[in-house]
Amino acid sequence: MPESQKAAREINFHITRYNPEHDRAPYIKTYALPVREGMTVLDGLHYIKENLDASLSWRYSCRMGVCGSCGMLLNGQPTLACNTQILHIAKTDLTVAPLPNFEIIRDLVPDLLIMFEKHRSLKPHIVRADDAELNDPAGEFYQSPEQLEAYLQFAYCIKCGCCMAACPTLATDLRYLGPMPLAAAQRYNEDTRDAGRRERNQVTGASYGAFRCHYAGECSRVCPKGVDPAKAIQHLKRRLVLDYLHLARHKKPCEKVHGPSQGKPLPNIPAVPAKTV
Amino acid sequence: MRETKYWTWHMAAGIVILVLLGLHMLIMHVGGITQLYAPFGGEAVSKANSLFRDGRPLFTVTYILLLGVALYHGLYGLRTILFELTLKPAVEKAISVVLLILGLGLFGLGTWAAITVHAIANAGSRG
Repeated sequence: MPESQKAAREINFHITRYNPEHDRAPYIKTYALPVREGMTVLDGLHYIKENLDASLSWRYSCRMGVCGSCGMLLNGQPTLACNTQILHIAKTDLTVAPLPNFEIIRDLVPDLLIMFEKHRSLKPHIVRADDAELNDPAGEFYQSPEQLEAYLQFAYCIKCGCCMAACPTLATDLRYLGPMPLAAAQRYNEDTRDAGRRERNQVTGASYGAFRCHYAGECSRVCPKGVDPAKAIQHLKRRLVLDYLHLARHKKPCEKVHGPSQGKPLPNIPAVPAKTV
Repeated sequence: MRETKYWTWHMAAGIVILVLLGLHMLIMHVGGITQLYAPFGGEAVSKANSLFRDGRPLFTVTYILLLGVALYHGLYGLRTILFELTLKPAVEKAISVVLLILGLGLFGLGTWAAITVHAIANAGSRG
């Protein structure tokens, strides 16, 4: 059946509104809108903006769960508005609020700056001693599938802030680094091209670092990309302790591959077919 | 990295407590069966058996070790719980100092008690 012919159901959106220029505190405003099967919460917000209240503000970009901009609290769960179908989580009512543990800029827009400042403090990039190679690479670094597997899932993080919103430790102490930056630190610590673990240890092992985590596991439960930040933090703790005791195994650095000629072609690969154009 | 150091010793103290408490349970509560360090028979906590153990340097050292690790483990745990209250850095520092002084004080008192009991037990055994 075409999308337009499916029966619409009326759902009440209870949305947290707040404009710091003239509101003293956030308040809830309710909008009733017709919802069809397949409509996402993001579609619902667009409907409200176009038909009911043009002043509603929220943040979004890709509409396909890739950019991490539309993280918000839907029926009390931090998740992505673009990735959540309304009828999957609501029968008659749906509460929509900005991500907790962040300041509100306006309506559903949280101020993620504090998260990105913490993220930046952990050097979330490849750190190497050989600056010349880093700036002007002369070849590729080989990583085995096992070496890739060690950090791959943490590389799927889209920095939406849902884990930070779900973290009970962060809710009580905003100085705690939080799951996203710590998982990012683990992602680069495990990367065989990286040599910055000792530098990151100064931040991850400090007072508000990995040891503040109580392993509630909420960050991993809510992550819309299936990343497991709680696991990353436990790995981080273990590595910090082993580094302190000088018991950490030396990470085998990546081998350099200079150009494609060094690779071994697999046998029995058919020749490239002749060009047709 | 300072917190890493505290955490590592907290974990290590927990393991030592586990071993020493295991020995304690074995000697004090299964003593009727094992008769371990209870050469005078009967209850492991009888005066004669207690004086026998207290007079041995191994037990005195173990008492002091258990006291030290239990105080460190417990007070670091208490510090962690107190820090959850989102305190100002100056208050956190004051708590750390107070707990350090408290821990050292209790450790000194307990060490003095263990050494004194050791001396009394040895004096008693010499008549």
